[in-house]
Amino acid sequence: MTNQQQVEQGDKKQKVENPKVKSIKDFYRRLKKNKAALIGFYTILILIAVSIIGPFLTSHDPNSTNVTERFQGPSAEYWFGTDHMGRDIFTRIIHGMSLTLGIGFASVIMGALVGIPIGIISGYYGGRIDNIIMRLIDILLAFPGILLALAIVSILGGSLVNVTIAVAIYAIPGFARIIRGSTLAAKKLEYVDAIRALGAKDGRIIFKHIMPNVLSPVIVNATLYIASAVLTAAGLSFLGMGAQPPTPEWGAMLNDGRGYMYDAGHIAFFPGMFIVIVVLAFNIFGDGLRDALDPKMKK
Amino acid sequence: MTVYIIRRLIQLIPVLLGVTILVFLLMHLTPGNPAQLMAGENAPPETVERIEDRLGLNDPLPVQYFDYITGVVQGDLGTSMRYNTPVIDEVGDRFWVTMELAIYATLLSIFLGLIAGIISAVRQYSVSDVTIMIIALFGLSMPNFWLGLMLMQWFAINLGWFPPTGWGSPSQVLLPVITLGTAGAAIIARMTRSSMLEVISQDYIRTARAKGVKERIVVYKHALKNALIPVVTVVGLQFGSLLAGAVLTEEVFAINGMGRLLVDSIMNRDFPVVQACILIISVVFVVVNLLVDISYRFLNKRIDLNE
Repeated sequence: MTNQQQVEQGDKKQKVENPKVKSIKDFYRRLKKNKAALIGFYTILILIAVSIIGPFLTSHDPNSTNVTERFQGPSAEYWFGTDHMGRDIFTRIIHGMSLTLGIGFASVIMGALVGIPIGIISGYYGGRIDNIIMRLIDILLAFPGILLALAIVSILGGSLVNVTIAVAIYAIPGFARIIRGSTLAAKKLEYVDAIRALGAKDGRIIFKHIMPNVLSPVIVNATLYIASAVLTAAGLSFLGMGAQPPTPEWGAMLNDGRGYMYDAGHIAFFPGMFIVIVVLAFNIFGDGLRDALDPKMKK
Repeated sequence: MTVYIIRRLIQLIPVLLGVTILVFLLMHLTPGNPAQLMAGENAPPETVERIEDRLGLNDPLPVQYFDYITGVVQGDLGTSMRYNTPVIDEVGDRFWVTMELAIYATLLSIFLGLIAGIISAVRQYSVSDVTIMIIALFGLSMPNFWLGLMLMQWFAINLGWFPPTGWGSPSQVLLPVITLGTAGAAIIARMTRSSMLEVISQDYIRTARAKGVKERIVVYKHALKNALIPVVTVVGLQFGSLLAGAVLTEEVFAINGMGRLLVDSIMNRDFPVVQACILIISVVFVVVNLLVDISYRFLNKRIDLNE
């Protein structure tokens, strides 16, 4: 290969990459216009930062019990009060943040890694494969809401890892369906026909030309799925099927507080409030992303 | 129309078969021998074997599935391992409690969601629109079990207006129904708003306004009718999530419904009951969605039924 050819190739690459860089900038520009989405985005960043740094900064131990300090209301010493075992609720919430975010991200990434290829294969190849896959997806979708996750956890047994797996499986059908839809649309684009006519192989068409076209709905849905994954995982822990004591998982903490609603309502209040904050942040961000990525909104 | 309904019913069969296969496999994928579980840990091997024979656990899987499905079709959902009673008796009335809860919550979410969505759309970008959409976003983001506990704390414990637990009297019904219905109301409100906005910008609405039709009639007669079409689908899907969400609501308010039975049975590894609860909820969900699809076709005359 001569030098000139290499330079030419490099040029070509840059030409291909430039629009991408532009579209990321363009995307951020559009996101910036949506103030709510930006607030959601920054809240998520702050939450992630707190989940990493926070545990080093708290002055109490999340799991050390103190019988004399049980059921304390919020105070300067215990910002969110103490629970039925005298543990500092604020410290436990900060330590639990990485669990909540971790389960949310991990389950959605796992669900997407399985769901996306299924959706692309189904949409791209069509015919009998598509039919079979979609009927299987229909069956999974026949278990509404938290039910599928409950069924899976009942087989695997209750633990945080199993909850993550259960929530991931629960996310697969949604991803597969969305990707299938956008693959069907992308497949019909003229330039895909042109590339096929030039003799490109299926793998190349899928990775280089279909994938970039179907990823934006994936990102929007992944964001919104994290919100529902957090809710589902907390729900399973609330039922006693997720995190086992003394793990400071928020759903499990809510479950602890449930028995003391008459005397110490704050035990259940604060973990729930933080679940709301996390879910709200992802929902707002997801809504904003959808608007920012929607071509109809482009101006 | 009849042809369409019949075809949809036929399409239902593979889904229902798939659901029963999955639910059936549930029990067989579970680690541990059910016969051993039933007989107790220290039971002699002969007893375990006898129970295995009685349950048909030594037959090949397809035969076992066939036996299971024949039973299910005849209303025999197996025997509870814990109480040694027919599962159908265990489920019995609890099924109707959960259905009641889910139906009331659905009605509430349709009522609140439609009103909020229409107001939001008609007064787009007004203070009421923004307020409604913020409330809806919160409603969507709250775990219903937390909302339930908080409602219980304020209205039942602090104010003493309602009994904190139980099911049956109207005062007992209100808090759980609000708990369960809030998320649904939020979703329906958002859906109604965006659907209304889409319809309102269409030409025929402008024509109606131009020829001097009163705004109220334009909104409720011309726009709402078409805007409702996508909302109907959401309502169907919502009913399913509400059935499943009832599990958490029933736990919070100590309501003796199927959801609570399901959770207790998972805890006690009473798999026939777990199987039955999951199967029943899924079948109800699938059937409700079929009904919704059919009504959707009624509402939307533009869809060709023979397609």
